[in-house]
Amino acid sequence: MLGPNGAGKTTSISLMLGLRQPTAGQVRLFGLPPTDRRARSRCGVMLQESGTTSVLTVREIVDVFRVYYPAPLPAERAIAMAGLAEQAAMRIGALSGGQRQRLYFALAICGDPDVLFLDEPTVGMDVEARRAFVSSIQTLAAAGKTIVFTSHYLREAEELARRIIVIDHGTVIADASPQELKAAVPGKKITLVAGRPFTPAELESLPASVLAVTGERASLLSNEPVAVLRELFRRGVDVLDLEVTGADLEEAFLALTRRAEPAAP
Amino acid sequence: MTPGARPELAPLGRMLAVQARSEMRMRWRIPAFSVTIVALPVLFFTFFGLPYIKQTLPNGINLGAYLLASFAAYSVGSVMVFGFGIGVATERGLKVDVLMRATPLPPLIAILAKVLNALAYALLSLVVLIIYGVIVGGIRQDLVVWLDMIARLLAGSVPFIALGFAIGYTCGPNVAPAAANLVYLPLSFASGLFLPLSQLPGFVRTVAPYLPAYHYGQLAWSAVGAGTEPMLVSLAWLAGYTAFFLAIAFRAYRREESRKFG
Repeated sequence: MLGPNGAGKTTSISLMLGLRQPTAGQVRLFGLPPTDRRARSRCGVMLQESGTTSVLTVREIVDVFRVYYPAPLPAERAIAMAGLAEQAAMRIGALSGGQRQRLYFALAICGDPDVLFLDEPTVGMDVEARRAFVSSIQTLAAAGKTIVFTSHYLREAEELARRIIVIDHGTVIADASPQELKAAVPGKKITLVAGRPFTPAELESLPASVLAVTGERASLLSNEPVAVLRELFRRGVDVLDLEVTGADLEEAFLALTRRAEPAAP
Repeated sequence: MTPGARPELAPLGRMLAVQARSEMRMRWRIPAFSVTIVALPVLFFTFFGLPYIKQTLPNGINLGAYLLASFAAYSVGSVMVFGFGIGVATERGLKVDVLMRATPLPPLIAILAKVLNALAYALLSLVVLIIYGVIVGGIRQDLVVWLDMIARLLAGSVPFIALGFAIGYTCGPNVAPAAANLVYLPLSFASGLFLPLSQLPGFVRTVAPYLPAYHYGQLAWSAVGAGTEPMLVSLAWLAGYTAFFLAIAFRAYRREESRKFG
């Protein structure tokens, strides 16, 4: 689930977990209300801004959480998958921010859940932690687990997800595979430098969406770069420099969220 | 693994046992709590009780036994008010509750584990205090009397658990310790737990019979033969106060619920 800050990602996860009540509609997990203990027994959860005691050790708290689930993983395995094997005997209070984030991941997977809900799981993780996390996620996905995670890092979504749901302001604006998402949005990025600053009229009603304009520099997204350039030349724009590249997911995403917004005044 | 090949739910009994054990471990590792809870009643008894243990009350009861019963009541109440008041406020501050709500741990089991943990600490505190009173103060009562007093105090401590929840849900983690002191110390004092009521000012003697700690004290005083009201009356007052404190706690809980998860 991909979206900028304030898009409604955390709210969506909270609704799916029954931590918040929807104003309309209903949520079902495994055909059960998400607050049902049978549903919760099959879910692992990593939430933003949740905390835990600081006086237990990593191993101790994992053992406590394992008891909540009917068929938990061995504690060593959950701790190792989170990359905390060396810290197992450490008090939680002595962990670094990144290690703490790994601990929450260990707590999420220790019940051997069928579905994992991870809200911004890599926030605060260092490079090494992130690598361990990515490989654990791939192992779990390969074992047939469903993993729902939120992110505002596009590369992360591209790297890990089979299906990306882009949301903004609480609305789904795309629901596709990373490949489809790329195909559905402008595939080329045109970067221009003109002889003089662009006037608004020059960039109006082109077969492109405008990413940015600063003085005589402009970047546009389009599937028809040739048509765009032909039209610009027709309008008498004096192009000094030009670059046409394939747009990455980041830009595709920007184009999508921008389209959903009402036109700026 | 095929669905149905494993049980749908984890057994609640084991959940409770492990949860309670981890609560005890956590408390034990915070000496500021575990030591204070055991040491303070002994200290108070040393200063306010020991000097008077040879005296006798007008009704012929040994003042030492009376005062030991008073501080026993004070001690269990303090375990509950401070343990739950500060404990709940701290967990809310750390947002432990946010994560726990999403696990299959039923909230009732979580609360029961905390109650078991608090009862264990209360028992420890009582045993230490009574042994101190017997050995250092030379206070003599049948073992049955002490056991009866322990049972009454543990069973009657529910309103103080409720008071702890009321403080824990209305106060933040920084305010809760002060709030617990501000509520519980004057309450104990005005209920005759520190000094016999007969030695307190007239207006305090008028107010005391309306306070929960006074009726809680009656449970302990009755065990050593110094009670002045039937047990049913004490229990009725304590039940009333339990409902009152729980209502405050529940209102605060609901308010936070709608703010955090609404």
